[in-house]
Amino acid sequence: MKKWTVILEIFLKDGIFDPQGKTIKDALHNLGFKEVEEVRMGKVLKIDIYGDNKNEVFEKIKKMSEIFLANPVTEDFNIRVEEE
Amino acid sequence: MKVGIVIFPGTNCDMDTYHALKIVGLKPVYLWHKEHDLKDVDLVILPGGFSYGDYLRAGAIARFSPIMREVVDFANKGGYVLGICNGFQILLEAGLLPGAMLPNITNSFICKEVYLEVLNNNNFFLRRYSKGEIIKMPIAHKEGRYYISQKELEELKENNQIVLKYFGENPNGSIESIAGIINKRGNVMGMMPHPERAVELFLGSQSGINLFLSFLDEE
Amino acid sequence: MGVFGLREEEIKHAIKVLGREPNDLEWSVISVIWSEHCSYKHSRKYLKEFLTKAEWVEQGPGENAGIINLGDGYRIVFKIESHNHPSAVEPFQGAATGVGGIVRDILALGARPIALLDSLRFGPLNKGRNKYLFEGVVGGISFYGNCIGVPVVGGEIVFEECYSSNPLVNVMCIGLLTPDQKSYRGRAEGEGNLLLLVGAKTGRDGLQGASFASEKLDEEVHKKRPSVQVGDPFLGKLLIEACLEAASLDGIIGIQDLGAAGLVSALSESARRGKSGVELILDNVPQREENMSAEEILLSESQERMLLVVRPEKIDKVIEVFRKWDLEASIIGKVISKERFVVYFKGEKIVDLPTELLVEGSLIFDPPYTPYEVPSISSDLYNSIKEEHIANFVEVLVEDLLIKESIYRKYDYSVQTNTILPPGLGDSAVLRIKGTNKGIAITTDGNGRYCYLDPRKGAIYSVAEACRNILCVGGRPLGITDGLNFGDPSDPKVFYQFREVVKGINLASRVLEIPVVSGNVSFYNGQGENTIYPTPIIGMVGILEDINYLITPGFKKPGNLVYLIGDLSWLSLGGSRFIKDIFNKVVGDVPWVDLIWERKLKLFWEEIRKEKGILLSAHDVSEGGLLATFLEMAFWGNRGVRVDLPDDKIEYLVGEGSGIVVEVEREGEREFLERLGKYALKAIKIGEVTDNEFVISPYIKTTLSELFKRR
Repeated sequence: MKKWTVILEIFLKDGIFDPQGKTIKDALHNLGFKEVEEVRMGKVLKIDIYGDNKNEVFEKIKKMSEIFLANPVTEDFNIRVEEE
Repeated sequence: MKVGIVIFPGTNCDMDTYHALKIVGLKPVYLWHKEHDLKDVDLVILPGGFSYGDYLRAGAIARFSPIMREVVDFANKGGYVLGICNGFQILLEAGLLPGAMLPNITNSFICKEVYLEVLNNNNFFLRRYSKGEIIKMPIAHKEGRYYISQKELEELKENNQIVLKYFGENPNGSIESIAGIINKRGNVMGMMPHPERAVELFLGSQSGINLFLSFLDEE
Repeated sequence: MGVFGLREEEIKHAIKVLGREPNDLEWSVISVIWSEHCSYKHSRKYLKEFLTKAEWVEQGPGENAGIINLGDGYRIVFKIESHNHPSAVEPFQGAATGVGGIVRDILALGARPIALLDSLRFGPLNKGRNKYLFEGVVGGISFYGNCIGVPVVGGEIVFEECYSSNPLVNVMCIGLLTPDQKSYRGRAEGEGNLLLLVGAKTGRDGLQGASFASEKLDEEVHKKRPSVQVGDPFLGKLLIEACLEAASLDGIIGIQDLGAAGLVSALSESARRGKSGVELILDNVPQREENMSAEEILLSESQERMLLVVRPEKIDKVIEVFRKWDLEASIIGKVISKERFVVYFKGEKIVDLPTELLVEGSLIFDPPYTPYEVPSISSDLYNSIKEEHIANFVEVLVEDLLIKESIYRKYDYSVQTNTILPPGLGDSAVLRIKGTNKGIAITTDGNGRYCYLDPRKGAIYSVAEACRNILCVGGRPLGITDGLNFGDPSDPKVFYQFREVVKGINLASRVLEIPVVSGNVSFYNGQGENTIYPTPIIGMVGILEDINYLITPGFKKPGNLVYLIGDLSWLSLGGSRFIKDIFNKVVGDVPWVDLIWERKLKLFWEEIRKEKGILLSAHDVSEGGLLATFLEMAFWGNRGVRVDLPDDKIEYLVGEGSGIVVEVEREGEREFLERLGKYALKAIKIGEVTDNEFVISPYIKTTLSELFKRR
């Protein structure tokens, strides 16, 4: 089995207010970066995992995300599988 | 009634809940999260705290603790389950109640006394309150902004499942000022405020006592 | 690493006492444990002068924390500790680990931590890194304290230029021992007993933290980040529960927390206290990172670790407890009878040093000191005070109340359901002791401005104020823990401040009969122009035998009389908040404080506090003078006040000094005055409680709803 590195990004769903993102956006505006339109703050998980092929790994991570790593009510996720 | 208080690693309101139950004359038992035995209790309380440090999401890891399988079974069979604060978060993560928790709109931990309105007293837990009664209890949480999809919200309303609402100020930005909900069957309730911190007058309020009194066996 | 931070004379001294040249690793060990932070080499001599004994003191200084007895088997454990340097570098983690550290000190005595107070000092928020530091520190305390379920019940926050980039983070923790709980000491004794390291694994974090805390922080501060440890409050909470469960078993000889200088200091100090030695097998220390060197393991300041000394026949039972809580528990060595600190690594003996040399063997430094002059209040300044200044000052004080309220809401103050007077609502926080009628009152007080202007008087004032704060809620003061924060001791002015402050605390504590049972010294807080004000923080604990006699500071009933116990003529503008906030000057003579009067006040109060109804509310005069006192009593009680002050001196309104404002019922007035007379105390009637009107004639005429409209 090969070793893979998966980058899992979790963000609040569009339309759900993200107080951290807003605070960061306000701070950026105060620093003069007025061009910033929106900031959304999420989580990134780096997962090292063994698997035979990319697809298999992807499906496994998807399952983990659906049942545990992300909350389906409030969060969307995005999976990137990279070969190590 | 025999009441069990579940202790997860990081639970910190277990003793406070025990104390409140003792005040109304009950002798609760503690249930350790690694066990599979509910010790024949009639009611399970998931108390407040920071189970597993609230790492990942509040309640997300605790719901996979061994005892949660029993708690879910127990609830599905009609057993009474009350989740307070972190316990409420765990009930949501475990799917025993609908919706989810988000970080407070203030982006900070909030500890203060709030006022609540009892919207529905027609259930086991809140039957000693009257409908429309305004009560006072502390909240103490960082992720208490209750969220649910519009469709499910309508469903909650239709079934009278919103039992407690913040009265006046909505401290954490929860949808429709929701502070507590109950499942359709009426045996699983979750609430963000801490009734166990409002059982003695010199702590600021006695509003919580009626909740615990409802666990006494009827004469 | 070898030798670091030691002076030549210390190096020579070590070689002489040891009779040989220590090896490299031994030099590292000696260097960290002889750092200021661990050895108190500049302060030890002076701290010995303190009054440390009283009938109710069960444990004084020298242990992880002090213990006072409340009667009926209940005991209170407490200590204050600074985490200034780590917080200056990484405020969030610095403050969080500060909380974790002091909590483990309390835990080491076998007590459950029941409350935290944090005494904070920052530079003005509108300047430089101050806002970042402030938010980080408050966030870090909230993060750690909330998670472990120990309420933050009080403290102070002061903003002052001299703390810019050199913030002070002093955290006090209080623990409770119930009648069924044994108390422990950090002691390793009994040959063959095992050393059990529990909690987190050991990593490379916080290396050299102790010596770091004994250095001056410079502009390069941010580059020092690797020295800062990271706290895990979840693990901290598990450690609390597991240690308390283990402490209820038989067979534990001693408990010691691991803080600055990690294993070195924990093991050598416990061995020294137990008049024994320890033999440590470094390979047995669970390591979080690969290929750690002996030095890294020995000096690591990884958080959330404790050391238990356990009888061999009981070790399995104790380990089982930690397994239950999913914590590491490893036997890392044993107690030996020879009083030496011996370390083995990979089969080789790599350290063999006498514990006496490590713990008490450092040289004591008593550097030169010089008094200094401070400017007085010029008549120009005095004459320039105008009416609008008072209006501005009212705004500052109201803003202050609102800010503090908002900060306290970020801390969980109600968990454990004992907090009957929450933070920011009185002079002291008050907790009840479950299962009894007893309560405890806790406060922290410190006034850097006064201590800068007159270190001795400032220190006396701080102790007297802490005492008044305990009295005001109806408590009887029982013990002090002192957090002493200073600049570089090799600066003669700083060392003068230190000597004078210690003398002041000592004098006040003896006259008022409140012993010092624990404490902490932090030097090297800034240097030269950027040196902090000498800032002793007095943490004080008192008892309320019956919480029904709690006195709260909010005004109660319109029509009741308002008295000032004290004298208007004592109030002074020297070092006052008014002069500072409005004219940005720290000048003048510190207010007069008469310890004999304070002692009489204490005796008077101790007599009447157990009789309900004589004093309906009480609040001391402190920063901001009578104006602040009245504003706060009004804010907390949601009642107004009508006061008449003589119009000849602005000092009466905003001057500071000793005194307590009390509310008395008209029917109780005679009784109150008679009791006062018995103790030869003075009081003047200055007003009465109102509904909504807030009038201090001839200066202020407004209403509560107007003042606090933004509440």
